[in-house]
Amino acid sequence: MGPEQKHTLGETVLRVEGVHKTYGDNHVLRGVSLQMRRGETKVIIGPSGTGKSTLLRCINQLTIPDEGHVWLGDREITHPKEDINRARAQIGFVFQSFNLFTHLTALKNVRIAPMKVNGMGKVEATKLAMTELERVGLADKADAYPAELSGGQQQRVSIARALAMSPQLILFDEPTSALDPELIGEVLSVMVSLAKEGMTMLVVSHEMGFARAVADEIIFMEGGGILEQGPPEQLFRNPQHARTGEFLNKITELYGE
Amino acid sequence: MSTIWQSLYLLVAKGLPTTILLTLALLGMGILLGFPIAFLQVYGYRPIRWFCRGYEQVFRGIPALVLILLFHSGLSRSFGILLPPFVSGLIALGLRSSAYQSQIFRGAIQSVSEGQMLAARSVGMSKLQAVWRIVLPQAFRLSIPPWTNEYSSVLKDTSLVSAIGVLELLKQTTLIFTRVQFIHGSRWILVILILAALIYWVLTYFGNAGLGFLENRMRIPGFEVKGQVER
Repeated sequence: MGPEQKHTLGETVLRVEGVHKTYGDNHVLRGVSLQMRRGETKVIIGPSGTGKSTLLRCINQLTIPDEGHVWLGDREITHPKEDINRARAQIGFVFQSFNLFTHLTALKNVRIAPMKVNGMGKVEATKLAMTELERVGLADKADAYPAELSGGQQQRVSIARALAMSPQLILFDEPTSALDPELIGEVLSVMVSLAKEGMTMLVVSHEMGFARAVADEIIFMEGGGILEQGPPEQLFRNPQHARTGEFLNKITELYGE
Repeated sequence: MSTIWQSLYLLVAKGLPTTILLTLALLGMGILLGFPIAFLQVYGYRPIRWFCRGYEQVFRGIPALVLILLFHSGLSRSFGILLPPFVSGLIALGLRSSAYQSQIFRGAIQSVSEGQMLAARSVGMSKLQAVWRIVLPQAFRLSIPPWTNEYSSVLKDTSLVSAIGVLELLKQTTLIFTRVQFIHGSRWILVILILAALIYWVLTYFGNAGLGFLENRMRIPGFEVKGQVER
């Protein structure tokens, strides 16, 4: 259970089992397994190069794992016969570098996937996109191009883009690492409210303030595997491994609360 | 003075139309062949990529005049295939331009960042949708400035087909000055050539201006050519 009993947790949304990934000689992921239940927020931490981002990409198959299985609800999306585009449409992904479509306005960025992937009509999709932009506080920037937005605003639009597909869960790959310090807050506060609204979120981030506020669990990865996981308070007060405690101290020092 | 006007009239009426027609045909042929080659060079299977690369390197590696002679004198003298000069010129320069244009489009496609494709796939687009909806619209904008260069060189290189007797602007120029010099003296050679040069310059200038206008119309924040002065 999280620090606050914010909501009751639902059925299993995501199940990852024994995922391995090797690049050349580099065995990045060594059999990672985890589960997410509806409404849960988990934060993955760990030293760089330990496979956190690769794990996220293996979940929505932007990177194809060498071994292991991923289930979204009761469908195995790693199954060769599964339509991966359909699965990805239900998994939001927020990139470290935002990756907004540069030639489209904020509104069109949010609207394009509902229209072209889900076949929604233009009027309805526009309405939906405006709602999602409002949700991240950027309705007034609907007609701005990405280059006209600050990093924080771009990241909020990219969150709106993910939300517009009504995803089963959203994967966040270091969503605030590319941001200037004064812009991190606006993105985190959007993420906090999403978590409180019951969105299922798997977040790679070293923002411990965020983790303590809303994470049900912190997952500590090292050397391509999960070393330890548990509620934030437990990991902070009583880590099972010395490495976990050391690492938590280090990032708390670096990133603050 | 009337000699100048007469010559100018002849150049514009009897030389210029062929030059313009050939330029447009070459650019069209260059796009129609160059774009698919660029596309396949980026997204095709390996053997197809190799083929496209070979094609592009062959036609960029041979001088335009040599290509023209190959497709005209070469074909007719060695194989008895006699194409009309205009057609030989069109094939030779068209293949050449398609090779150059393929590199413009390839560069533009490849300079769209990898993250755009990843983001498109992450919201559930197929690879084809991602290419069509996200990558190509960006690549198109990026390819306008280099394509403007290609327009300029294609236009001026049409003058090379005068070597095989296509009656275009330069051929018309030489016809005029060979006649005029007998009547008014050899200084007129220079005058007529300058007239022809002016016509090429005007075409290049206004063509570039038109493409610059298109570039402006399509301008989107974030697609400014690097180094452009900030307003």
